[in-house]
Amino acid sequence: MKEEVLIAGFGGQGILLMGQLLAEAAMQEELYATWFPSYGPEMRGGTANCTVVFSSEEIGSPIAAQYSVVIAMNQPSLERFAPRVRSGGVLLVNASMVPVPYEREGITVLYIPAAEIAHDLGQPKVGNVVMLGSLLGARPALPIGAVEAAIRTVIGRKHADAIDVNLSALCAGRDAALERLTNSAADAVAAH
Amino acid sequence: MIVTTRQPVSTSERAVRTPAPAKRLVKGNEALALGAVAAGAECFFGYPITPQNEVPEILSYWMPKLGRVFLQAESEVASINMVYGAAAAGHRAMTSSSSPGISLMMEGLSYIAGARLPCVIANVMRGGPGLGNIAPSQGDYFQAVKGGGHGDYRCIVLAPWNVQEMYELPALAFDLAERYRMPAFVLTDAVLGSMLEPARVPLEFPPLVRREQDWTACGRGNRAHKNVVHSLYLDPEVLSAKCEELQATYRRAACEVRFDERLIDDAQVVVVAFGISARLALSAVSALRRRGEKFGLLRPITLFPFPSERLSALAKRVRGMMVFELNSGQMVEDVRLAANGACPVEFFGKMGGVLPPPEELVEVFSKRFAR
Repeated sequence: MKEEVLIAGFGGQGILLMGQLLAEAAMQEELYATWFPSYGPEMRGGTANCTVVFSSEEIGSPIAAQYSVVIAMNQPSLERFAPRVRSGGVLLVNASMVPVPYEREGITVLYIPAAEIAHDLGQPKVGNVVMLGSLLGARPALPIGAVEAAIRTVIGRKHADAIDVNLSALCAGRDAALERLTNSAADAVAAH
Repeated sequence: MIVTTRQPVSTSERAVRTPAPAKRLVKGNEALALGAVAAGAECFFGYPITPQNEVPEILSYWMPKLGRVFLQAESEVASINMVYGAAAAGHRAMTSSSSPGISLMMEGLSYIAGARLPCVIANVMRGGPGLGNIAPSQGDYFQAVKGGGHGDYRCIVLAPWNVQEMYELPALAFDLAERYRMPAFVLTDAVLGSMLEPARVPLEFPPLVRREQDWTACGRGNRAHKNVVHSLYLDPEVLSAKCEELQATYRRAACEVRFDERLIDDAQVVVVAFGISARLALSAVSALRRRGEKFGLLRPITLFPFPSERLSALAKRVRGMMVFELNSGQMVEDVRLAANGACPVEFFGKMGGVLPPPEELVEVFSKRFAR
């Protein structure tokens, strides 16, 4: 078992935290994990991305040419990284920031309205965790319990009062992905 | 499998061993800083530079808390000379920096080597030459392994490849530095410094155990002889003898070779890489094995002393060696010296902070040794 995940957007969107939650969850599942960030000199507004690899075997490279999951949090990231989704992989797009459609043969593409879902939860900042939840819905990469535990550990370190809304965001994101997967499966059946 | 000629990788002669803590997600630079604390570093002198800033940041918290010295110097030149002074007085002294900052320290390092003092220098390498950039590089291999400062001197050079070793190697660096009374480098890079991995890194540290040395200049006390620390010997005969003494020390240190081998036993081609390059190479070697191509990996952990003997022996039985580095080809020279013509030694490298993905390495390695 091995997943290579790339998360990209701009500084301030919580990109690096998404990756850390994933790596923490993988560690709690007793998997090998690496998290490697890449960002510009700006705190906010510059590009920010990170790669997370988790595996049941020792991990060599923390980066790859192709990823099993790409999460694109804005349009420049979609344009840059969508071609790097491996065949059979998943592309998760933050629909709130990306108005243009993207399709490719052989991969699953899901548009998740992260900002709207976060807004409905009463905390606009949790859009990143909504997207992280959508990963769990789109692909059974890790049990949701592990990511919930990671939220309690990592977010609980400094913002214990924000744990609950993040847990809700995680579930809402997962449900949004599951719903879209079901719909696209139904569309496929109807097309036949 | 990690092969050591003398001691296991993580023993500190001074640090009291404590039970291994639970795994947690740790950043490479944090592991390096806490590794120095656990190794019994008594003083740290440094000046900020990306991508190693977490090292002084974390030490500025821990060192005063434990009653040790943390000092942000006014420059790298000052830092290394503070290390010189503290080492002369017999303290475990350390500095850390990144490539351009290390260049500024070269004069002081040569003096420390000339005065036969132990100390530890961590270099979290970034792109060069000049100011370069803040992306990962291995362009300072020559500087660390071959000298960098003036005169005939050497340093112990240790290259970690994961966060756990970022924690463990500072202790080994201090031990070897003291055993041979020479400076030791922990040579790492911007990927390992900024990467998070699960690692066993404690947040509690036993008290320091100080050990008196008979060569320190920290007050004569009841000692019969007087110690003077210097590197100036105007008489050529005297300096020549001192230089011979240094070289003899470096020859003795050759027994401290440590390296790590993967899939070597039936390998037809041996990939040689250190630090983060060895991680990328391991992925490539595993992928090549899945295609039925018999590649193996040898990762030097000590870059000085270099595992020349092992490479010489392997060169006599393999089809070839493939050296991969994040530079224009530096360690490859030592691999070629070790192989001494017994097998072809190919090189592939990237500079400027570009990390070639394993998929690219697979194609390059396979093509170079296609039948």
